[in-house]
Amino acid sequence: MGKINTVFEECDILVVGGGMGGTGAAYEARYWGRDLKIVVAEKANIDRSGAVAQGLYAINCYMGMQWDENQPEDHVRYARNDLMGMVREDLAYDMARHVDSTVHKFEEWGLPMMRDPETGRYQREGKWQIMIHGESYKPIVAEAARKSADKIYNRIMITHLLMDENKPNRVGGAVGFNVRTGDFHIFKAKAVIVGAGGASHIFKPRSVGEGMGRTWYAPWSSASAYALPIQAGAKMTQMENRIVLCRFKDGYGPVGAYFLHLKTYTQNAYGEEYESKWYDHTKALVGEYIDHHPTPTCLRNHAFIEETKAGRGPIYMVTKEAFQDPHKETVGWENFLGMTVSQAVVWASQDIDPKYINPELTTSEPYVMGSHATCSGAWASGPEDISPDEYYWGYNRMMTVDGLFGAGDALGGTAHAFSSGSFTEGRLAAKAAVKYLKDYKNEDIKISEKQTEDLKQIIYKPMEHYETYRNEIVAGTVSPSYILPIHGLQRLEKIMDEYAGGISVNYMTNEPLLKRGLELLGILQEDLESVGAEDLHQLQRAWELKHRAIASESVVHHTLFRQETRWPGYYYRGDHMQLDDDNWHCLTLSRRDPESGEWTMEKAPVYHIVD
Amino acid sequence: MPTFVYMTRCDGCGHCVDICPSDIMHIDKTYRRAVNIEPNFCWECYSCVKACPQNAIDVRGYADFAPLGHSVRVLREEEKGTISWKIKFRDGREKNFVSPITTQPWGEKIPRLADMDVPSEEDHNSQLLCHEPDALNVETGLPVIDKSKFKQGVYY
Repeated sequence: MGKINTVFEECDILVVGGGMGGTGAAYEARYWGRDLKIVVAEKANIDRSGAVAQGLYAINCYMGMQWDENQPEDHVRYARNDLMGMVREDLAYDMARHVDSTVHKFEEWGLPMMRDPETGRYQREGKWQIMIHGESYKPIVAEAARKSADKIYNRIMITHLLMDENKPNRVGGAVGFNVRTGDFHIFKAKAVIVGAGGASHIFKPRSVGEGMGRTWYAPWSSASAYALPIQAGAKMTQMENRIVLCRFKDGYGPVGAYFLHLKTYTQNAYGEEYESKWYDHTKALVGEYIDHHPTPTCLRNHAFIEETKAGRGPIYMVTKEAFQDPHKETVGWENFLGMTVSQAVVWASQDIDPKYINPELTTSEPYVMGSHATCSGAWASGPEDISPDEYYWGYNRMMTVDGLFGAGDALGGTAHAFSSGSFTEGRLAAKAAVKYLKDYKNEDIKISEKQTEDLKQIIYKPMEHYETYRNEIVAGTVSPSYILPIHGLQRLEKIMDEYAGGISVNYMTNEPLLKRGLELLGILQEDLESVGAEDLHQLQRAWELKHRAIASESVVHHTLFRQETRWPGYYYRGDHMQLDDDNWHCLTLSRRDPESGEWTMEKAPVYHIVD
Repeated sequence: MPTFVYMTRCDGCGHCVDICPSDIMHIDKTYRRAVNIEPNFCWECYSCVKACPQNAIDVRGYADFAPLGHSVRVLREEEKGTISWKIKFRDGREKNFVSPITTQPWGEKIPRLADMDVPSEEDHNSQLLCHEPDALNVETGLPVIDKSKFKQGVYY
């Protein structure tokens, strides 16, 4: 390796990750912090980064308070019900009461919203979703961030947060590298908002080989949302609450519009309705939760999985009836073209025209994220006016590390935020971060050269390691001294799949499996010290892998801690198959000690702020 | 694969390299043209396809489940504010779709918040965000809930 240039940037607010959460944060920060320096560090290019890079065909979180369609209380009930009782209701309520203003702005900025021709209101797909032509959703919100931020750095992979040396447990910025130039970037910042992505590719995906990139969540969602706070010693919550998606087979095309708007429905291989068959079975596991409406996502998955295990798969989506209507047919196709083109590619390649053939569905590998029908993420303070004492420590959306805020996937407990809610969370975090800066404006952050130099050595080590050992072998990828990022990733996925409840075991795990999984993850962590990176692109992959590995450890610790099966259909604890409200009607918290690497677990109360 | 690049159309401009969210579109050092260096990390998100001024990038579905002979082509026209798709099935059937991508001239309706009136101290201490309460479109203002009614850890 040649000499590495160092680029130093000092700012007030650093936004890590320019997806929906990060762009919302950058946009709003300027309004409250006129004289502040606001900087965004993005791994790719903010015009097409994050989970919304490809576009969206619906905004899944919009109250419609102006037409009294839903109120924030309704959102809380909905999210709580879908997550089997376990959400941060204060955070959910807070996001919901602001999200309409976000969506109204999106429309003003040019995002094409569909309208109901009769009422003139936004076209509803279901109770919560509104339909959009969102191919350019991301470029539009990126422009909003660009107009607010002082500087946006594209192609910076942030690897670690920096810690202030003047005050314990306070963030002081972040470091990373430019994936194109290789420059080492130091961002000294008084407040950091993590808007990075959740985790695909920690469980082995169904599609392998060339198709392994066709995960439901984007392959570039590399768990930085979790790894960054975890490495800084922040508390995490509900990391066991991974999500499994019921989707069209292979392309993972979304089903929401099909179920809700097109009124398509599922049946088994023999043309039978199957969900009701599993009612008694499910009731024996979860009690009256199966009677809730709408049926929680995980429980619908559960019926799908059981029906398939019973040998009556594949499960089909019955599209033939709906697709006779040309308008519905158009919606069905455009729904994919707007957000999951791959499903159109799969159907075209296999001559599946849903007008004549009912397409197959599947259940995906698990994902860990915080903005869909799941709520893994960092434990953060709620807003002052509606948060109980245990949930409030001064600044909305601030994690348990001072000055460290989160939005989108990074925040735990806030299910069903989706794109609009993540942007809104970014706005909330930004306003609170500005308040934090005002309160502590006289305190300086100290970042020693030793801290950044040590991290620099760690960051570039995979390239040096590769260079050192590359010529030990003639050619190829098999070395006794290093593993490549893809090797480490596939080992991680195999461990998580087999020990922590992935697809090959029908989402089943138990204490002995999880404990063995932790041992293997520990050994993997040792081997990751010997990961080799041939070039800067592979260095990015190496760091994505390290982030995924540390997030995976957290997932396994949480899964081990919660001794019940809270979400059948997402995963099963074979040794605790029942939902156990007496002991586990609570949130789980973890913290990894940054010095020792030891994990500690605790319970936190669930407050039900609405009936 | 995902995306691939036609040799005779690519001029090596690098727009795809600049936009790819997965950092897998790179310029090949020998051919001076773009290449997908890591097809198994391609999401088929079409960001590069849409960005290519030469229409040199196309997608061939993932080999492990997509048979040959299909194509899904796209034309994104910013000035017109539309995106057009042509789907060709393996058996030759075609479907065409056109959708709007924006309703406004690019970026013009997005405000520079630095130019807005400076918020008051009271605004800073309120729960309101920028544009609120106006942008909520409700006369009752930002909703709030009574803390004293919360129930801890209860079954509902």
